[in-house]
Amino acid sequence: MIQAEHLRKTYGPTAVLDDVSLELSTGQGLTLLGPNGTGKTTLLRIVATLLRPTSGSLRVAGADALKEPEAVRGAIDMVGHGSWVYEDLSALENLRFWAAMGGHDAGDARLRAALEEVELDASADRRARTFSAGMKRRLALARVLLGRARLLLLDEPFTGLDRAGRKWLSEFLLSFKARGGAIIVATHSFDTGVGVADRVAILAGGRIVLDRPAAALGLEDLRRLYDELAMGPGTAS
Amino acid sequence: MSAYVRRAWMVAWKDVLSERRSKESLNALVFFSLLLLFVFQFALGPERARVEAALPGLLWLGFILSGLLAFGRTFLVERENDCWEGLVLSPGDKSAIYLGKLAGNVLVMILVEVVLLVLFAVFFGLDFTPVLPALAAVLALGTFGLASVGTLFGAITAQMRARELLFPVLLLPAVVPVLLASVSATQTVLAGEPLADAAAWLKLLAAADLVYLVVGVLTFEFVLEG
Amino acid sequence: MAARALGWLAVLALIAGLGAAFGYAPREAVQGNVQRIMYLHVPAVLTAYLAFALVFLGSVGYLLSRRAGWDRLALAAAEPGVLFTGITIASGSIWGKPTWGTWWTWDARLTSTAVLFLVYVGYLLLRGMVDEPDRRARAAAVVGILGAANIPIVHFSVTWWRALHQPAAILGPGSAPMPLWMKMALAINWLAFTLVFAYFLTRRMEIARLEQEA
Repeated sequence: MIQAEHLRKTYGPTAVLDDVSLELSTGQGLTLLGPNGTGKTTLLRIVATLLRPTSGSLRVAGADALKEPEAVRGAIDMVGHGSWVYEDLSALENLRFWAAMGGHDAGDARLRAALEEVELDASADRRARTFSAGMKRRLALARVLLGRARLLLLDEPFTGLDRAGRKWLSEFLLSFKARGGAIIVATHSFDTGVGVADRVAILAGGRIVLDRPAAALGLEDLRRLYDELAMGPGTAS
Repeated sequence: MSAYVRRAWMVAWKDVLSERRSKESLNALVFFSLLLLFVFQFALGPERARVEAALPGLLWLGFILSGLLAFGRTFLVERENDCWEGLVLSPGDKSAIYLGKLAGNVLVMILVEVVLLVLFAVFFGLDFTPVLPALAAVLALGTFGLASVGTLFGAITAQMRARELLFPVLLLPAVVPVLLASVSATQTVLAGEPLADAAAWLKLLAAADLVYLVVGVLTFEFVLEG
Repeated sequence: MAARALGWLAVLALIAGLGAAFGYAPREAVQGNVQRIMYLHVPAVLTAYLAFALVFLGSVGYLLSRRAGWDRLALAAAEPGVLFTGITIASGSIWGKPTWGTWWTWDARLTSTAVLFLVYVGYLLLRGMVDEPDRRARAAAVVGILGAANIPIVHFSVTWWRALHQPAAILGPGSAPMPLWMKMALAINWLAFTLVFAYFLTRRMEIARLEQEA
C-alpha cells in the first residue's frame, strides 16, 4: 500500500524530514508517534500528496505519488487538522458536497444512513456551525464511510474526544481495517493511538527511530523508549 | 450528468448556498456599490453633464472595484472552514472546481451590476430601458472576462498573507483589454447606436474571454495544489 | 568562461551599435537627431518581447516538468525583460518630449508597452512574496502564461482604442522606406541588445541555481 524510500523535506536550511523510509501493507494499521513539531504532519501530508518531498520516492496504492498524484488521491482519504466542514451548510449538505467531489455520489438515503452510522442522524439538517469538534470529526468519518478509500490517514484524530468518543473512533478504525483498509494514525499522545496499531513507528528529529510490530514490544517498554527518544537528543535538529 | 459537470455544479451550489445563508459578501458588495455612487458623484462635482459624459467609464470603474472585492474572496470560504485540502484531495480534473467558482463569481457580479445600474438610474435620473438588451450583452461579455481572470488570480493569492495587496496588482493590468473594450462598447450602446457598431469590440471581448477561460482551465490544477 | 566571452562580445556589439547610431547612420530629415533614439527604443522593445517569450517558455516548462531549471529561466528572463520594457517606455517618452511637447502621450505602442511593464512588474512582485520554491514557481508560471497570452490582446485593444481618438504616433523615420544605413544601424543595435540580454540571462540563471543549491 505504501512504499516510501528516503523521503526528505527541507524548508530552506531546515530539514523537517531527513531520510524517512516506510512500508505499509493493506489491512495494516500504523501508529506514527512523535512529539509535536517533529514532522508527523509533514510526513502524512506527503503521503497524502498534499506536499511534495524535496527528495526520495513514494508509491501509494500502487501509483507513483510524485508522477501520478491523482491516481493516489482516488484511493486515499484524510482526517486532518482541518475538518473539511462548511459551517453554513448542514451535515447532510456537507456530505452531499464531499460525496460528489469524491466521485461517489449518493442519494439522500445513503447519506443519512452514513450519518446514522456515525450517530449524527439527529443533527443531519442542523448547520455545522453549531457542531462540536467531536461532531465535526464524526462528520469527516461519515465522509470516509461513503468513499472507497483503501488508505486512511489521520492526524491527531483522538484530540478533543471524550472517553466514549475515543472508544467509538477506535472501533471505527478497527472495522475499517477489517474491511481491508490500511491506516496511519499520527499522534503525539502515547495512550490513545496505539490501540489500533499493528505497528508502531516513532518519528524524532526528522527520522524514524523505531519501527516495530506492536506485539513485539511490551507497552511499558514502548512508553519508556518513547519518552527517552522524545525528550532525549534525538529531537534536536 | 457527467462527473465533471456534477463537481463544477456542486462547487457553485455550495457557494451559492453558503452565501445565501451567511449573507456576508453580497450585502457588503451591494452596499459598496451604493457608496461608490456617492464617491463618484462627489469626485465629479454637481454638474449632471459631467457624470453623463463619463458614464460608461464610471459604470465599469464601479464593476471593477466591486470585482476586486468579490473575486479576492473567491476562496475565502475554503480558507475559513479549512476545506482547501479537501478540494486538493478530491480526485478528478480540478478545472471543474475552477468552472464552479467562476460560475459563482459571474452570478455575484451580475447581481452587483444590476444593483449598480438601478442605483445609477435612480440617482442620476437615467433611463437604461431602451438599450437594455444591447447593454446586457456587453455586460455579459465583459463580466465573464473579469471573472475568469479574477477567479484564477483569486486562487493564486488565496493562501498568501499579502493577498489584499497582490491581488489588485496582478488583476488590473491583466484586464486592461477587457476594460478598454467594455467601456468603448458601452459607450456605443448608451449613445443609442446599434450593437453592430461595436462589433469589433465585442469580437475582441469574446476572443479575450475565450483565451482567459482556456488558460484558467488548463492551469487551475497547478494553482490548487498545496 | 563562455559567459565572460559572451559579456565581452555584448560590450563590443554595443560599442559598434553606438557608433552606428551616432556615426554613419544618416540624420533623419523631418525629426532631426532626436530620431536616433529609435536605435535604443526599437531594439529594447524587441528584446523585451524575446524576454517575455522566454518567461512563457520557462513557465510552461516548469508546470509540465516541475524541474527548477525552467523556473530559473522564467525568473532570469523576467528581470531583464522588465528592465528593457522600462527602457522602451523611457526612450519613447524622451523622444516624445521634443516631438510632441509632452513627456507622455497615450500613443498605442507606448501604452501597450506600459501595460506590459505593469504586468511583469506584478509578476516580479508576486515572486518576491512567496517563499516556498514550488508554490512560487507554480504561481508565477500561471501569471506568466496569462501575461504572455494577453500580449496580442492588449496590443489590439490599445491600438483600436487609440485609433478612435488620435492617429498613431510613429517613432521612426516616417512613411518613407528606411534607408539601408538606418536598417543596418538598427540591426546592429538589435543584435547588441540581444547579446546583452543573453549575458544577463545566463548569469542570472547561474546565480539562481547557486542560490537554490546553497
